[in-house]
Amino acid sequence: MAETKERLRRTMMFVPGNNPAMVKDAGIYGADSIMFDLEDAVSMNEKDAARDLVYEALQTQDYGNAELVVRINGADTPYYHNDILAMVKAGIEVIRLPKTETAAMIEQLEADVLAAEKRFGRPEGSTHLMAAIESAKGVLNSPEIAAASQRMIGIALSAEDYTTDMKTHRYPDGAELQFARNMVLHAARAAGIAAFDTVFSNMNDPEGFYRETEYIHQLGFDGKSLVNPRQIPMVNKVYQPTQAEIENAQNVMKAIEEAKIKGSGVISMNGQMVDRPVVMRAQRVMMLAQAAHLVDEEGN
Amino acid sequence: MEIKETAVAGTLESSDIQIMITKADQGISIELESDVAKQFGQQIKKVITDTLKQLDIDAAHVKAVDKGALDCVIKARTIAAAQRATKTVDTPAWEVL
Repeated sequence: MAETKERLRRTMMFVPGNNPAMVKDAGIYGADSIMFDLEDAVSMNEKDAARDLVYEALQTQDYGNAELVVRINGADTPYYHNDILAMVKAGIEVIRLPKTETAAMIEQLEADVLAAEKRFGRPEGSTHLMAAIESAKGVLNSPEIAAASQRMIGIALSAEDYTTDMKTHRYPDGAELQFARNMVLHAARAAGIAAFDTVFSNMNDPEGFYRETEYIHQLGFDGKSLVNPRQIPMVNKVYQPTQAEIENAQNVMKAIEEAKIKGSGVISMNGQMVDRPVVMRAQRVMMLAQAAHLVDEEGN
Repeated sequence: MEIKETAVAGTLESSDIQIMITKADQGISIELESDVAKQFGQQIKKVITDTLKQLDIDAAHVKAVDKGALDCVIKARTIAAAQRATKTVDTPAWEVL
């Protein structure tokens, strides 16, 4: 398993859990995270078959470096416990809980996952968690939800259910999501976990998609949930650092190296002190530049 | 484990396989329809047979219509059909899967 807390999560691609062709091909598009869906994308009478399919695929298919996530069915459904058992046994990296409204739901999920890890001899704590926030209550409770478990790696806003709960619908300018986006993002940052923006499902509106992605990138989201692999390069393009940003980051990294060699605790660049936020920003720029193949693994 | 009713899992879409399991007096018999039966027929039948044995099913008739499924899909659809046929969908035998 790659480092779970600190990794790039620009793109989380939804893959319907009962579609063998899509489950088979999910790894070829270069998504940072692949999210197999056992919930909304699967009809009631196919829940068992989808669970079996994802279970077998996880144990046999190579999805490269992608982080593997599964959206299970909620605790209020008869599928929840078997979804957890199957996914924990298969060694999934992250379980995504839909319609999360309280920290208690995450605490319950953690207990259920721990029981499954013990039952199947999986390392305790190896299954990470994330929450989808889909209601007004969930948004208001998002700080507690984000901090509810050490296993949490992120929270995601799901706008379709949320806007319905808010008695509105989605508009092109996204004004109806301003509060929720900022709340979820702050909750994630305060808890030190990732924040994922909602899906953009109109594939015939690339301009709208770019506009929304640029906006959530500016806010500070780690990335977006996606429904179509065609959106992956579009998101990556938005998250790609500029040449000036890369050069600046390279200079910061060089200054860090020089300070290390000198044994100095203070990093300076062009005669000015480089403080921690600048270092962190530079490290993230280098990570994004490497992912976009704009620099090599050494950062050159 | 005993087959209690006829059950189907999987679709006829590309990369999938549709598995239908019915009761049989003894042994496992498989009727396979696949465009790649000449090359992969034996392997497909082996995956189905091994999976049924794993689930402790030793008497069943299987009709399989393959649309280019990977082994993991064949196994998953066989498990789903077998659990439906044995009425164990809600209590899967996770320890043996």
